[in-house]
Amino acid sequence: MITAERKPLEELIEYVRPFKRILLLGCNECVTVCAAGGRKEVGLLASGLHMALLKSGSTIEIREHTLERQCDPEYVEELVPMIDGVDAIMSMACGCGVQELARRFKGKPVFPAVNTKFMGASERQGVWAERCQGCGDCLLGKTGGICPIARCAKQLMNGPCGGSTGGHCEIGDDVDCAWALIWERLKELGQEERFVEIMPAKDWRPGGGSGPRKIIREDLAE
Amino acid sequence: MKTDSRLEKVLAAGHLAVTSECGPPRGAQPDKVREKGRYLHGIVDAVNVTDNQTAMVRMSSLAASVLLKQEGLNPLYQLVTRDRNRLAMQADILGAYSLGIDTMLCLSGDHTKFGDHPMAMNVHDIDSIQLIQMVKAMRDEGIFQGGAEIKGAPKMFIGAAANPFADPFELRVLRLAKKIAAGADFIQTQCIFNVDKFEKWMEGVCARGLHKKCYILAGVTPIKSLGAARYMKTRVPGMDVPQEIVDRMASVPKEKQPEEGINICIETIERLKKVEGVAGFHIMAIDWEEKVKEIVERAGLLPRPQV
Amino acid sequence: MDTFEPVIVAFCCHYCAYTAADMAGSQRLTYPSNVKIIRVPCSSKVDALHIVKAFEMGADGVYVAGCLEGDCHFKNGNTRAARMVDYVQKYMDEIGIERERLEMVMMSAGMGYRFAQVATEITEKIRKLGPSSIHAAICRQHVDTCAVVVE
Repeated sequence: MITAERKPLEELIEYVRPFKRILLLGCNECVTVCAAGGRKEVGLLASGLHMALLKSGSTIEIREHTLERQCDPEYVEELVPMIDGVDAIMSMACGCGVQELARRFKGKPVFPAVNTKFMGASERQGVWAERCQGCGDCLLGKTGGICPIARCAKQLMNGPCGGSTGGHCEIGDDVDCAWALIWERLKELGQEERFVEIMPAKDWRPGGGSGPRKIIREDLAE
Repeated sequence: MKTDSRLEKVLAAGHLAVTSECGPPRGAQPDKVREKGRYLHGIVDAVNVTDNQTAMVRMSSLAASVLLKQEGLNPLYQLVTRDRNRLAMQADILGAYSLGIDTMLCLSGDHTKFGDHPMAMNVHDIDSIQLIQMVKAMRDEGIFQGGAEIKGAPKMFIGAAANPFADPFELRVLRLAKKIAAGADFIQTQCIFNVDKFEKWMEGVCARGLHKKCYILAGVTPIKSLGAARYMKTRVPGMDVPQEIVDRMASVPKEKQPEEGINICIETIERLKKVEGVAGFHIMAIDWEEKVKEIVERAGLLPRPQV
Repeated sequence: MDTFEPVIVAFCCHYCAYTAADMAGSQRLTYPSNVKIIRVPCSSKVDALHIVKAFEMGADGVYVAGCLEGDCHFKNGNTRAARMVDYVQKYMDEIGIERERLEMVMMSAGMGYRFAQVATEITEKIRKLGPSSIHAAICRQHVDTCAVVVE
């Protein structure tokens, strides 16, 4: 999923301060799962913004709403009846959602309420960790199902650097050494020989090196 | 001979090679480079010039290498993949070779987290092994990464680093093998304090015959003080400083500690000379270049062979 | 300010603090009427949103009362509630409400006396802190209807 974290309240207050009525918009997808921008977080943020503004003597009307998915035009269309009644939109979705709103509602200022972080998985309750960088040319089949691009701090593709210690990365004991994990996994699979193969320099074009990416499925595209 | 590198000539002639290090200054101070160079003139076969070491901005390794070259030394130009993409690296390699640099070391570099620009992007377009492949392809096939022919291929003697003390230990020989397969002509190791562990690693290296495919220079560092010993033991990732070394530094008064550090270093070299596969020494006297001469001399490695 | 009577919301776990409150009553122990009790099936059922809304509506203090450590009827609901309270305290820092206005307390069902004591202590603490800035701001906006006299 795409993970996110709420921005500092101070920054968000400055965004909304000039407005009388805003729409605070959550998303039911990834940001709900990582507890950053779902219905509940919309409520919490609305309340916090209310109070913070009240303290400085101003009031604001915050309409709360959460869409099934903010990154799809058909769901965003649902907002049409609400838009005229508000001066601005603050989105709690990832950057994709924010941009979809900006595209659809030309005259409305749109502000992000969260910082979109990374594509990750839930390690345990309340902990999410990066797993994929969308390089566009998946090599997990060669590395035992553990990605060195996303999980090695130096994106090394041919084994651990000289800073790997006791299974940890040199940047911190709270970070696993991706190559220590890969090696353990290759051993479990009896695929040690995979390590010996030199992985050649990566072509970064599928990973964004050739500009913004797009997928067109001819059979589905209208 | 693959190159005109003096280091290659010394090694090919079967001499124990000696290299040392010069960290460029954190400012436009060419005299500092020349000053460090003077301590090493005639003492070592090549001088490593670090590339933004510990991820701190310094004078470029290319410029400092050229300054040393002008002083009559043989620079060993270090290049890390952290700060440049493959276009910039290839351009710098062409530039370096055009300015008379024929020996280089391919590294991935310390993470920016450790330096003074932790906010900077780590580039890592390619990794150190892919850098070795790239330099080799430039030299032997005369082609760029993009496939185009190079008019005037840079004939670099290609070095790489190895750390026998990092984890997982069982990968350390395999990773060396990959570097050699990629095209490394010589290797400089991480500072060796735990000679037992180094010997164990070298057994694995020799068992695979890797010492015959590549020259291995054993890295050593004179410890300046008890504090430095403790720091390296606990704070530097991938360093293995046994407790005996720390205890030995602690056993002498503070003013005698530098001397003790040098004694340990020389004893280590003597022991390493007996290890099969060791082709020379890389003496990393960090900000202590003035002591390199004493170490090389007392280790019986002077005068340097004329090749 | 002398007439300030704080509004305090106490989220009380059914298995401990709520029963303790009952016991305090049957033992004729008095505690301040400022404390408004909300019964919850477990302290972990209290959501950050409940607490924040309480402050938004003018509460001067909030506390969550759960079972003693290791005694949660649902294994570890009380420790989860304590973590949630820490989280909300950080949010209160951002909003600008003193974090002392929110507290996690633990007690058992038999601690009628402790319930009354906690209620009294927290009421006194909040009374000293004065009205919350949100409560005060609400009063400035609705001078006629507000019971609390500010400045």
